[in-house]
Formats: sequence, C-alpha cells, structure tokens
Amino acid sequence: MELTEKRALQRFARRLRIDALNEVHDARSGHIGGSLSICDTLAYLYQKVLRVDPARPRDPGRDRLVLSKGHASPALYAVLAEMGFFPREELKNFRRIGCMLQGHPDMKKVPGVDMTSGSLGQGVSAAVGMAVAGKITATDYRVFAILGDGELQEGQVWEAAMLAAHRGLDNLTVIVDNNGLQIDGPVDKVNSPYPITDKFAAFGWDVTTADAHDFDSLEAAFRHAAAVKGKPCVIVQKSVKGKGVSFMEDQASWHGTPPSDEQYAAALAELTAGAEKEEM
Amino acid sequence: MAQRSMKATRDSYGEALAALGAENSRVVVLDADLSGPTKTALFAQRFPDRFVDCGIAEADLMGCAAGMASCGLIPFASTFAMFAAGRAYEQVRNSIGYPHLNVKIGATHGGLAVGEDGATHQCIEDFALMRAIPGMTVVCPADDAEAQAAVRAAAALDGPVYLRFGRDPVPVLHDVLPHFELGRALLLRPGRDVTIAATGPLVAIALDAAALLEGRGISARVLDFHTIKPIDEEMLALAAAETGAIVTAEDHNIVGGLGSAVCEALAQRLPVPVLRVGVEDKFGMSGHGPELYEAYGLTAEHIAAACADAIALKRRG
Repeated sequence: MELTEKRALQRFARRLRIDALNEVHDARSGHIGGSLSICDTLAYLYQKVLRVDPARPRDPGRDRLVLSKGHASPALYAVLAEMGFFPREELKNFRRIGCMLQGHPDMKKVPGVDMTSGSLGQGVSAAVGMAVAGKITATDYRVFAILGDGELQEGQVWEAAMLAAHRGLDNLTVIVDNNGLQIDGPVDKVNSPYPITDKFAAFGWDVTTADAHDFDSLEAAFRHAAAVKGKPCVIVQKSVKGKGVSFMEDQASWHGTPPSDEQYAAALAELTAGAEKEEM
Repeated sequence: MAQRSMKATRDSYGEALAALGAENSRVVVLDADLSGPTKTALFAQRFPDRFVDCGIAEADLMGCAAGMASCGLIPFASTFAMFAAGRAYEQVRNSIGYPHLNVKIGATHGGLAVGEDGATHQCIEDFALMRAIPGMTVVCPADDAEAQAAVRAAAALDGPVYLRFGRDPVPVLHDVLPHFELGRALLLRPGRDVTIAATGPLVAIALDAAALLEGRGISARVLDFHTIKPIDEEMLALAAAETGAIVTAEDHNIVGGLGSAVCEALAQRLPVPVLRVGVEDKFGMSGHGPELYEAYGLTAEHIAAACADAIALKRRG
C-alpha cells in the first residue's frame, strides 16, 4: 500500500477512535474497548471494500455489513457518521432517550445499519441469510460480518458456520476480532475458543489471518477474501482491545466501562497526539 | 351433525406454501430437518432454489430467515412449535421481532395433539411466548380453509407472523371460506346465554359443545379466534354484552394463551365471568391425541360444563 494511502487510512481510523471515545464519554455508558479494536478494520472496509452509498442506504444491490459484536456500536456509528450516512451531531446523543443511536445497532433507526444486533451469535446467522438471499436473487452484493472472539462461544455461530460452508457462500466474509478478552477475562481463561482458524477450516471455510492494526495486512486479507470461490471466508484478525489508548489496551476492565473525565482527557490527548505525529 | 371430512392444518400449510410459491417469487421457505412432517417438502420439491434446509439448528433458522427478510424476501421459517417458539425464542425476539422483519414462522405440531411423542414435543406455551413479543401477530387456524387463508394473509402482511398448525387431522369446518381477515374473529354459531371463544383444533370441539348445550336448553355462541394477537376486542365486547359469560378453549396452557388474551381484553372493556378451558398449567404426556384431550379436559363435555358454570357465575354476579 502506498504511504499516502496508508496515512489517510490511519487518519480516518484515528477520527473513528476519537468519535467512539467521545460517544462513550458523552453517554457515560457504552463499550469502548471492543470499539477501539475494530476501528482500523472499519476504516479499511468503508474506505476500500464496501460498495455502499450513504445517499442510498437501502439500495438492494449494496454490500452489507453486520456488526454481530453489536456492543462495538460506538465504532460503527462513528464510521457511518464519518461516511455521511447521518449527521455527526447525532453521535452526541448516543444511548440517550429518544435517540437514533441505541446502545446496540438498530437497523430500523439508523441509516447504514444493515442488521439489528447485539445479542451475540445472532448477527452471523443474519449475514448467512443475506448471503443466501444474494444467491437466490442472483444479486452480486457481498456480505461481511464482524464477530468477537468471545462470541465464538455461542453455539449459534457454529450452526451458521456449518450452513454457510454447506451452501458454498463465497459472497460471505466473516471477520473474527481476536482481541483475546471478554467481560470475565481472557477468552482462553473463560472458555477457550482456540484454535479459531482450525475450527473454521474444519467447518469448511477458507481461513486467513490479519493484523487488525496494520493496513497492509488488512489489505492482503480482504483481497484474499474477495478472490475465494465456492466457500465462505473468515479473516481472523489479531487485535488489541482498547487499541490507541495506552491505559485501555489489553484490559478486560475496559470492555464496558466509560472513562472518567480525567481518563477521557488523557485518552483524547493521546489520540490527538498520535494524529499530530502522523501528520508530521 | 353431518360427518365432517378431516384434514391436518399442516397439510393445508404445505399446500398453501406451494401455491404461493408459484405466484410470488419472493416467497422462500426454510426448515430445520423437518420438511416431511411440517409439509414444506412440497414447496422444496417444486422450488428447490428457494428452499433452505438449515438442518437441526433452529437458532440459525430464525436468524437466517431474518437476514433473508432484510433483503426483501418473504421467508417462511418452519419447524415444530416447540423449537420455533421455545428453543429459538430469543432469536425470534431479537432478530425478527425487534427489527419487525417480514418473517413468517410456520410452526407445526403445536399443543397436546402432537400425541405419542410426549411432553418434550408438545408445545403448550407458544401463544404466550409469541404474544409477549411486541408487534408479533399470532395465528392458529381451525381448519383447512382457514389455514390456507392464514398463509396468504400472513404473506400479504408486512411484519412478523407466528402461525401454529396441527399434526393431527381436524374437521373441515368451512365448505366455503367466510371472509377471513387477520385479527377478526369468525362468528360460527349464534347464541344468547354464553359465548365459547375457541382457537385451532378446539373450534370444532366448541361447536360440538354448543350442540350438546342446545340439547340442554342453553344457547351458546361460538367464536373462532384464528388470530390470538391482535385479539378481536370488538367481537369479544359484543359477546360479553350480549351473552354475559365467556368460556375460552385452546390446546395450550391456560396461562398466557387465548384465555389470558380474552381476560385481558374484557377486564378493560366489559368485565364478565371468563372460564378458561385448556391445559391447566401442567405438562403433557404420551398418548393418542383424542385420549390426551379427554385426560386433560379438552372435550365438548368439559366445555359444556364450563359453560354451565360460567352462566351460574353470571347469574350470581
């Protein structure tokens, strides 16, 4: 990837991180850790992969994205706002009564949200249904779903994984956000989902891996996924929960806790400084 | 009464789906390894490209149907009532109900009438579960014509619908289908002294009960509630005003089903005595369907007795 392009993606992802931080701080509620771990992936998807038009969010031919780990809604809302699906001012109302931006994504309220999600394990089935619908209607859109690694403990994920491979859904790409942490601690201490790649391979998927915070790596993975024929593809991306804010990184405690005003100021300063450094 | 011909509403469901599939290419059918018993196999044979067998995976069945509906298709997701309403409850609630997606849940083998398979497969809670989901329409047709009409009406409605069909043959009640509209109960027999509000296979039994009562000098009205939600409050209020006593009849727990829906509506509109005939808050067991109906009090004689009790309550009040 050319340096200028990479820098632009990094700047975009920084904005998403700052937006997500602001959302959670303004709301005094929300999930920041798992939002920060997917910001680079969302930046790459919306800038480089997804064929979506903010002016036509219900276009039947559009690519779909299902945020199966719906608690990372602050990051999704950030990217949708930055892309122009709705005004950025809406981000200030995240989780407030009467607002569009519910705690977890609501497809009937938010332009650009393709599936209501948040109850873990369910988004991947919906994505499979969308991919099946694409095959039935001979429409060439692609479907993407982002799952958490803890979410792999839900049996429904494997029901869906079995069906997706059985039906050869090569229009489906699942991204497993392997940040290694869930509410009760490290995923391999709570109930290990490992080996993740071997499991999907055994289910009949094409499997690839990526560094979730390296755009060259993401580009290679998404290019690979686009070329896979006859089976669904999973990208297992190694990520850092809380990525971009040093004191939040790799801490399960930052799963669903909003920052205090002091922590918010420190986090914002760090993200802003990072942005300035990239500009230099 | 002339001998009625018999047909299971699951057969009607399968036929209606196949007919609908020929008319509307947006109709797709999903099943969970029960396409034989649910009768969706008929659709699968005719339209294999629009049929998805999810295997024994009901959570995925519902989620997959939701995803397909979000793309403009009209999915009918089928399995036994136990697994549609019970096992996949939260998927139905969160992936279908909450986003109000256009999924039709075709649940067969509802109630005690499942018979020999026993309590694990006799879903007597589905009306309660589905009724509690905001925006969900809940339907349980009484015979062939109603079942076929219900499938068409459900497909024409934009939103989630739960349809319960039965395993065992039930009497054909309508030679010619009366005006069928979701949410509008059918008046099957006029009466002055008491009203029997029934749904599904209990409608035919309610008609038998009304015939029994006629022989005892009691005039019983029979209302057919093929739609449990939204409940037809107007028809109920009229029945309460004109007959002053209600008996409900359903192959479902008396907690949360038609009986509860009738009580909720009348308590606010026009309180009159309501007695509920149904499964009295216990699990089923193995046996022939008719034997179970006898054992659990879902017979014409039980309904007739409840009617007499309801009339006595009305007079005491």
